[in-house]
Amino acid sequence: MEKMILKVNGKSHEVEAAPSDTLLWVIREKLKLTGTKYSCGKAICGSCTVHLDGTPVRSCVAPVASATNKEITTIEGLSESGLHPVQKAWIEEQVAQCGYCQSGQIMQAVALLNKNSNPSREEIVGYMKGNLCRCGAYMRIIKAIEKASELG
Amino acid sequence: MNDHKNIKVDSSRRKFLRNASVLVSFASVPISFSLAGCELEAQDSIARELLQKELNIWVHLKEDDTVTISNPTSEMGQGSMTALALLIAEEMDLDWSKVNIINSPAVPDLFGVGWNGRGSKSMITVGSRTVRSYYTMLRQVGAQSRYALLKSTANEWSVPFDQLRTHNGFISHPDSGKSISYGQSLAFFDDGIKMPDFDENSLKQPKHFKLIGKINTRVDVPEKSDGSAIYSIDIDLPSMVYGVITRSPVNGSKPKLMNKQELEGMPGIIKVEMLDHGVALIGQTVQDVLNAKGSIEIEWSSAPADEHSSGEAFMSYVKQADQSEVINNMISEDGPVEEAFRNATQVLKADYFNEYVYHAQMEPLNAVANVKDNTAEIWLGTQAPGNARSAIANHLGLKEDEVKVHRTYLGGGFGRRSRHDYAIEAIELSKRIKKPVKLLWTREDDLQYGMYRPLCMQRMSAAINDQGQVVGWKHVIYGTGGGLLGSGARVEFYDFPSHAIGVNNIDHGIRTKHWRAVGHGPNKFAIEAFLDEVAEKTGKDPLEIRLELMKNHPRAKAVLQKAAEMGRWGDPRPDGVGVGLAFAERSDSLAACVCEISLTEDSEIRVRKVWAALDGGVIVHPDNTIAQMEGGIIMGMSSVLKEKVTIKDGKIQQSNFHDYELLRIDEAPEVLEVALIDSTEHPTGIGESGVPIIGGAIANAFANLTGKRLRHMPFTSDRIKEALG
Repeated sequence: MEKMILKVNGKSHEVEAAPSDTLLWVIREKLKLTGTKYSCGKAICGSCTVHLDGTPVRSCVAPVASATNKEITTIEGLSESGLHPVQKAWIEEQVAQCGYCQSGQIMQAVALLNKNSNPSREEIVGYMKGNLCRCGAYMRIIKAIEKASELG
Repeated sequence: MNDHKNIKVDSSRRKFLRNASVLVSFASVPISFSLAGCELEAQDSIARELLQKELNIWVHLKEDDTVTISNPTSEMGQGSMTALALLIAEEMDLDWSKVNIINSPAVPDLFGVGWNGRGSKSMITVGSRTVRSYYTMLRQVGAQSRYALLKSTANEWSVPFDQLRTHNGFISHPDSGKSISYGQSLAFFDDGIKMPDFDENSLKQPKHFKLIGKINTRVDVPEKSDGSAIYSIDIDLPSMVYGVITRSPVNGSKPKLMNKQELEGMPGIIKVEMLDHGVALIGQTVQDVLNAKGSIEIEWSSAPADEHSSGEAFMSYVKQADQSEVINNMISEDGPVEEAFRNATQVLKADYFNEYVYHAQMEPLNAVANVKDNTAEIWLGTQAPGNARSAIANHLGLKEDEVKVHRTYLGGGFGRRSRHDYAIEAIELSKRIKKPVKLLWTREDDLQYGMYRPLCMQRMSAAINDQGQVVGWKHVIYGTGGGLLGSGARVEFYDFPSHAIGVNNIDHGIRTKHWRAVGHGPNKFAIEAFLDEVAEKTGKDPLEIRLELMKNHPRAKAVLQKAAEMGRWGDPRPDGVGVGLAFAERSDSLAACVCEISLTEDSEIRVRKVWAALDGGVIVHPDNTIAQMEGGIIMGMSSVLKEKVTIKDGKIQQSNFHDYELLRIDEAPEVLEVALIDSTEHPTGIGESGVPIIGGAIANAFANLTGKRLRHMPFTSDRIKEALG
């Protein structure tokens, strides 16, 4: 176990963890930020997506040591009000069903729009295909990203 | 229907009414709700708590006009927590913006309902039963609540009851110009009011609805868009420890642990516990137990399911069917079916195959349990909180009122979470270690110790006369899964002169379970694809043959015609595009779709466009109904095109989403349109209706494109290549 500093959603936290511990469980269990979800544990489904310096990362396979000295952003840190343009679009399009994958979907979508503010449908599905949604809300995820792109 | 007759309002509750927060509690529940009798109170601590707090069970109105409505259903994405509150709010004429919804306690006697509103009460959320079952009862609750507020106001203002009007949370008396909000009227609320009967006819007619069919947002969407929605996996209790279990790789095999000492010495491991079906590790953190789980060494005993391999089972079904078509469990039989086959001009036969399919809800099973000497609490995402509570009480030798089930959101259910095996595991671990335990199933655990949609074969036969008409229809299902196998095999909307439909169950010792739409997925695929084979053989158009068979079922016909019109049935398609259609009923709803497909260079099917129509009776929540159809169709596509659990020597061969693939967003259709048929009929189930229509439609579109038939789901590229030769 080592003490390390994690900068999460703009705040620094000291945590004790083994360097190989996965970022997901440190975020969830030690920092009590439970919006980031466990689902496959193997970076296949995208439910655990967070940003490291703005880049989407599957926190379920990222060693916590890889995240020190980086800005970690979770769903809780996307906006103060929970109304980031992408979240607004998600609500307007009524995307969520069970909702479990949606934190990861939103984090992935935010990263896309930060890189490409006006993506085509093909670019959207290309960028989002690592994120599974079992409820089948894909049509609305695409619409919400298009809407968020319009909202700017 | 007459539940409300049993309502008693106890006068001792009046004293509460002077307090700030008041109830409107004339619920249509057939219980004696009197404090004097207190049968309920004696039986149930949760009910007792409710009574002590003077919270009524469905509607809690405050002086500031906020209204809190109890939600009895398990919210797993299907949206019924919003729909049920709308039913009460509609009859009460509430201001929807003032409504909050909370989960009710897991007390089926108070909050449950029978199927379609009849029979014994349950809080189980399965079979798309929720809205159709609560539809009358909760509107009665709303009507009674409104009546009580109005009556109190009529008395206070000394005006005739009939002259009062309600609108958007206000009571007004147009003649005098007086108006008061519901919350303010609590100042003179009289809960000794005698309640009249509110039968279906005295409730609002659909044309007067202001909320039902008009509200298009779900209350749970905002918190599911900012990470704050709480699932059981998110629960954190003081001094909580973590558990994982390595379970039998073959159903029924027993563990012999080979390295207990080693595991006990691993960092953070508190205890290693033997269970009948596995070995549990309890540790300080999730990371600790996951690390140790990787090192576990177990020798497993043999089990009957060792003998089972899914590929071989298919061959044995064919063999069995070839030897004898005797039906052991007849589901539906009508007309001289044997004679029809004897006298047929031609007999058409085909076998359809369906693999085991896994629920794959995104939140793996988990639970947080805290067992003490004489009480137990559990935080659980469950479709069946009442059953879970009974099972836990039974397991611990406690009374039901000593068990508290805290209901959280479910990260998907699809039928898997109506069993409570994972709840009992968590309870057992907490009991043994005497601490709160969060039990986590890994994705691998969830897949490999799953309960699957049954493996099955459908042998379809049609007797055709010299006019090219189907005069006999036979559908025999061979598979493992008992009662799950037959759902959806009936052909209630196709009038064949004779039919025989039934199941031959062969128990392979594999865990099987309801999976969204149950047997309707496999059976409707077989029925709809086979009907197209019959149409081709008899020179009929797929739409024409169905409309002819449905001629006595106008609602079914209208749904199919709507889908056909949306999908421009009969119009030529571009080169490389195939078109197919299918119809299916599920949970009393009627649905149909037309789809267009094409093939990729790798011989994979891409579903390009889907047009679907649904008749679900009165649609309480239209946008959510469309979302359920979209989701059902996409989940259906996933099962039709990609999903299979294969079993070899009793072992599940897949372990995670790399080898159990789900449909991804780049495989979603470009167009998915859903039309809802206008109706004033009683609502029917909508949560599963999208699933059963898509298999047949895709198979039929493939035949339209290639002239070849796909009869084995999922339609993987290997099977497509094989079909194309």
